[in-house]
Amino acid sequence: MSVAGSETIGLGQHLLGIEQLSAEQITAILDRAEHYREATRGGTEKLDDLRGIVVANLFFEPSTRTRTSFNLAARRIGADTVDFTSSGSSLSKGETFVDTALTIEAMGVDLVVCRHRTPGAPQLLAHHLKAGVLNAGDGTHEHPTQALLDMLTIRQRREIRGLKVALVGDIRHSRVARSNIHGLQKLGASVIVCGPATLIPRTITQMGVEVAHSLDEILPEVDCVNLLRVQFERQRGAFFPSIEEYAHLFGMTGERIKRAKEGLLVLAPGPINRGVELTPEVADGPHSLILNQVTNGLFVRMACLSLLADERRRLRQET
Amino acid sequence: MHRRLIANGTVIDPANDIDQTGSLLIEGGQVSGFIPGDVPADIEAEVIDATGLLVAPGFVDTHVCVGEPGFEEDETIASAALAAAAGGITSIATMPSTNPVVDNRGAAEFVKHQAAQVAGCRVYPMGAVTRGIDGKELAEIGQLAEFGAVAFTDAKSPIANAEIMRRALEYTGMFNCPILHNAIVPELSETGVMHEGFQSTRLGLRGIPAAAQDIMTGRDIALAELTGGRVHIMCVTTTASVEQIRIARQRNIRVSGDVTPHHLLLDDTVMDSFDTLCKVLPPLRSPDHIQSLIEGLKDGTITSISSDHQPLAIEKKQIELDIAPYGICGLETLLSSCVRALIEPGHLSWLELIRLLTTGPAELLGIEGGTLSRGRDADVVLIDPKREITIDACQFQSRSRNTPFDRETFRGAVVKTVVAGNVVYDRDAA
Repeated sequence: MSVAGSETIGLGQHLLGIEQLSAEQITAILDRAEHYREATRGGTEKLDDLRGIVVANLFFEPSTRTRTSFNLAARRIGADTVDFTSSGSSLSKGETFVDTALTIEAMGVDLVVCRHRTPGAPQLLAHHLKAGVLNAGDGTHEHPTQALLDMLTIRQRREIRGLKVALVGDIRHSRVARSNIHGLQKLGASVIVCGPATLIPRTITQMGVEVAHSLDEILPEVDCVNLLRVQFERQRGAFFPSIEEYAHLFGMTGERIKRAKEGLLVLAPGPINRGVELTPEVADGPHSLILNQVTNGLFVRMACLSLLADERRRLRQET
Repeated sequence: MHRRLIANGTVIDPANDIDQTGSLLIEGGQVSGFIPGDVPADIEAEVIDATGLLVAPGFVDTHVCVGEPGFEEDETIASAALAAAAGGITSIATMPSTNPVVDNRGAAEFVKHQAAQVAGCRVYPMGAVTRGIDGKELAEIGQLAEFGAVAFTDAKSPIANAEIMRRALEYTGMFNCPILHNAIVPELSETGVMHEGFQSTRLGLRGIPAAAQDIMTGRDIALAELTGGRVHIMCVTTTASVEQIRIARQRNIRVSGDVTPHHLLLDDTVMDSFDTLCKVLPPLRSPDHIQSLIEGLKDGTITSISSDHQPLAIEKKQIELDIAPYGICGLETLLSSCVRALIEPGHLSWLELIRLLTTGPAELLGIEGGTLSRGRDADVVLIDPKREITIDACQFQSRSRNTPFDRETFRGAVVKTVVAGNVVYDRDAA
């Protein structure tokens, strides 16, 4: 595939969420991710598709996995990268978040990968920057590349259309849940959200999902479970009585796997709290696709960066 | 004596039940009479032609942050007065949430002193209910009342402690002053960004449930009944709050409420943009709640409209949504946004709208103004109901530009504002 000459999928300048994407666009991103899996021989070989493109990783929230993954993905396909991390807000730093981004953009950046604790922060950047903006997780809103890598991981095993996927855990505070709901539904899967009532907003049914509060009840009917991390850092006060009670009701154990539908796919976006969302037995067992997710994350991020780079080059040619 | 005639307009004066073509005669800065029909040929006066215009009492606004002292980067009393004049508002009641807080006689005197220097509109200070508006101890309410405070409020800080609110209602009753309350349960609203509902779920933004206002409205009504005090719910936004106020008023409990144009015109779907300019407290609600507010206005449950003017320097709004302060700069868009929200859809007549902007708030504050009765100060607004204007925040008289209506075109505009017989704002001269 010649990246510069590839036809557009109409992504636009930014990738801010899954909600705005069509099924065709999602499929095209996943296809390109597969292309990169092959072209880089599983991520071991380096390409120069993004030569001359500068990618800035702006992480305003602590993150190791996603930041490393984006960094590696960008470099593997030939981009130059610059990292900026800060956990302070505009208020604590005295410089607004937008000013920080404008300063970094002024150094000649083409694409900005943004992780921020505030929903809508990438939208704010997209409004102010000329660079393309890629949302690497904005608060409790969206985390598009995570949902894309989850979908890629499922698609490598099963056709997504017609599947029943359960998102388990802290739905209220999960950007992964929101992005997955949008993406999976667009690709024809049905979604059940399962967790304590305190962590599932009642209005979530208006997103077209089923709500369940018993993991044991839904396990026999779902094809895939995605075990969301309990977001202790986003919760104000207690949403459930104890971690033990959470693990007892919603933790994925070997016992529960036995009662599940055959061939159950187990995903977890991580970082996982072993013994809470799932036991080590499940995390390291045959149903677990956790490490596939991590590897797929690289290819999905390569795909997103290269598609946005295409848009950027196209825009440059036009002007 | 200097005479002015505002001639050939449609004079709307709810206090005197006037809604008819005619002229308003002003002598020595006071209204000296309404002359129905054509202008008498023999009259000697300086004429302001109001043909095709509505002539109404200047508006009274019970909810204005002036920034001064302490937040002069947002607004000063002088700039707020000019902004009010441009909005057709001739009397404003100022929030005590300044720095220092208007919780003592000296602070009230400062506001009065600054207000005496400014042109454009009458400025009435409101005093804090609690010292430092922190909800813990009563402020020096008696002295504040003596030195000109017309009402008491802790501005946007809810008075969470029911015992404090009870005492405050008992105490302010001695001075016959109302308490204006941002009725919202802090524990259900703290760090909230928008209305809690489907949109907040979708966007992952922390919601403030309608129940946060419903509960506090109910508590305040119960305390007003207990104490005989007068409580006013600022910025009513929810169905159940309207319903509770309606029932309480039928039972002659001394409670009232106001709404703002932005809570009528914008619903929670605007948060799609993650725009900090739409972050207000209480939050913009969903369409079903807005429908209830309109019903409340129509049946007289809601007795006034306020601008909820919260000027904020632009850099304060250009930050992350969750830490951005709440507020909309509302004085200069008050009328135009009311027209779009209430007149254009046919919810209210002009007479009804003007009542909500004049006699309703004036009665709440217990101030003169809001009428064109003979002998009253001639505070008048001239409105062109057909004129189209495009909001340009850069041209605001206010020091701040935090409006979600920038660049929007509205139909219906203030063209002239008159205070004590003098033109303080003229759109075509500006």
